[in-house]
Amino acid sequence: MASLDTAEPQAVFHDDAGSLAIELTGSWSAERAPRIEALVAEMGERIASVSRATLDLSAIIRLDTLGAYVLNRLKNQREAAGGSVELVSRQPEHAVLLAEVNIHDCSVPPTVHHFGIVSVLVNIGEAMVRFGRDMVGGAMFLGEVVVGSASVMLGPRKFRGPPLVNQIELIAFNGAPIIMLISFLVGCIVAQQGIFQLQQFGASAFVVNLTGILILRELAVLLTSIMIAGRSGSAFTAEIGSMKMREEIDALRVMGLDPIEVLVVPRILALIISLPILTFISAMAGLTGAAVVSWLYGGIGIDTFLARLQSVITWKHFAVGLIKAPFMAFVIGLIASIEGLAVQGSAESLGRQVTASVVKAIFMVILVDGLFAMFFASIEF
Amino acid sequence: MSADLSQSPGHPPSHGAAGPSGSNRDAPEPVIKVRNLKVAFGDKVIMDGLDLDVMRGEILGFVGGSGTGKSVLTRTILGLVRKQRGTIEVFGENVDDLEGAARRTLERRFGVMFQHGALFSALSVKQNIQVPMREYLKLSPALLDEMAMLKLEMVGLKPDAADKAPSELSGGMIKRAALARALALDPEIVFLDEPTSGLDPIGAAEFDELIMTLKETLGLTVFMVTHDLDSLYSACDRIAALADKRVIAAGPLATMLASDHPWLKAYFGGERAQARLPAGQRRS
Repeated sequence: MASLDTAEPQAVFHDDAGSLAIELTGSWSAERAPRIEALVAEMGERIASVSRATLDLSAIIRLDTLGAYVLNRLKNQREAAGGSVELVSRQPEHAVLLAEVNIHDCSVPPTVHHFGIVSVLVNIGEAMVRFGRDMVGGAMFLGEVVVGSASVMLGPRKFRGPPLVNQIELIAFNGAPIIMLISFLVGCIVAQQGIFQLQQFGASAFVVNLTGILILRELAVLLTSIMIAGRSGSAFTAEIGSMKMREEIDALRVMGLDPIEVLVVPRILALIISLPILTFISAMAGLTGAAVVSWLYGGIGIDTFLARLQSVITWKHFAVGLIKAPFMAFVIGLIASIEGLAVQGSAESLGRQVTASVVKAIFMVILVDGLFAMFFASIEF
Repeated sequence: MSADLSQSPGHPPSHGAAGPSGSNRDAPEPVIKVRNLKVAFGDKVIMDGLDLDVMRGEILGFVGGSGTGKSVLTRTILGLVRKQRGTIEVFGENVDDLEGAARRTLERRFGVMFQHGALFSALSVKQNIQVPMREYLKLSPALLDEMAMLKLEMVGLKPDAADKAPSELSGGMIKRAALARALALDPEIVFLDEPTSGLDPIGAAEFDELIMTLKETLGLTVFMVTHDLDSLYSACDRIAALADKRVIAAGPLATMLASDHPWLKAYFGGERAQARLPAGQRRS
């Protein structure tokens, strides 16, 4: 048996009054595919003009499935058109290979493509149905979480202290440094931009009002929620999802334990406790950043900054930020748990759900923040 | 041990006769020749002084206890694991002497089916089969599709499996699709890592039959790591057993059954193995 052979495939034509004899030589294997395809096309044209053709494969050095397939296809195409083609070979393995490729139908099934407006409409429709299902599923899950929480409240024996404390450590304690850092930086940036713009009106002192209200009412809670959605929400989805993948959730169920009570309630509770703490820390870090920039860039001393802050900021601004935090926590925890429990068997599914969890949580956080803004505006709080 | 290794492959009469490599059957030549192989991970020696021959046109079943390094040997031959000592000759060429293009030419003559299929999850079954074809061959798009469908048909998958994603396939279909990809370049040696694991007995028997058929039609040499006693009994021409860091016995089934090595006695003397023998051959 020749190894990967380099002998060029050849076809020698012997024309003989109405019948054509073609002698094939060389290596008819996949490495020679371009040459083979050209030869087969040429043979096809020549064969089409005669009623009978004989292809002699005896001198072929190496024949593989590709060579056998194209020769067999040539034979079948000609015979379908009413001609006669015979494949002969003195090598017994050629017959085996030709028989093998002949029994298989290799026609490529046509792929259905939807183009244009129809596929756009289909996508929109599917997205709407999915959105609706998400909403219904979310509402159902919310109910389960409420029931689970209630049963934990009513039966204190079911209350799981250690996982709750563990989760609070992971969310609040380990998450605090990065949240402080980004809040400080955002505080600096907002103050710098504020001073730069307000200077033109000689009103740079108002930067204290700007940063104070903005950070306390909106920025602290938003930054914290987005950070926690990315940091802890994704972790919840991954943890619960990998447990789902390895049937650990089912193991809990058959032991008579409710996965909502065991896995979801402690995590959501930990988020609800941690997020207001982190929001407060974030607000303080943001104000510090604003104060530092006001002093170094705007020439407003720290004592002036604090005095002005005290006069313009009422407890209302502070409360607005903090009131929103537990709701954000609940939204993040709920979405992370739903997505975690939606994981199917594969690792790709886990990756997809974690991404979906973070994207949906950040979207919902911003949406909820908008709703709160409308609510507080209308009650003039 | 070398006496065991040099034994001619025992072809059951049913597998003999015509086949692409039929003419080579009379004088078996080793296509893979492993000598004095040592493989270690850190201080942990997996194999030491291992010799193994794989003959052209045979199905070699490779057995061994869990964790004895069956897969490691496969990976060493394929060049995925570095060896500490010893030589591996494939088609008469020492793999250490092959570099660059020569090495890649050699690799094209291998087809590998990994235990869990290792199908690329982002691609459809058809695209999976076409990956090596696109990389190494120059085929027209139409022929590329037709060749992929041919491989798909040859391993017994239906045409509608072509556009499915690997995640949509059942266990048996994944194994078949992985085999189709392994066959994409018409390899001469096919490595199968536990091809029937995770399949039900019917699916496993069908897979064994498929491998035997492909061996006959394509003239393949098959190196099959397996735990499946049924495969060893029905599909394999020869069996090599790995224990004590080397090949303790190699030869047809009869050699295995006659061996006095305690592990082989436990393996082929166990109830599950005995139940497969005709009553007369069972040990008392």
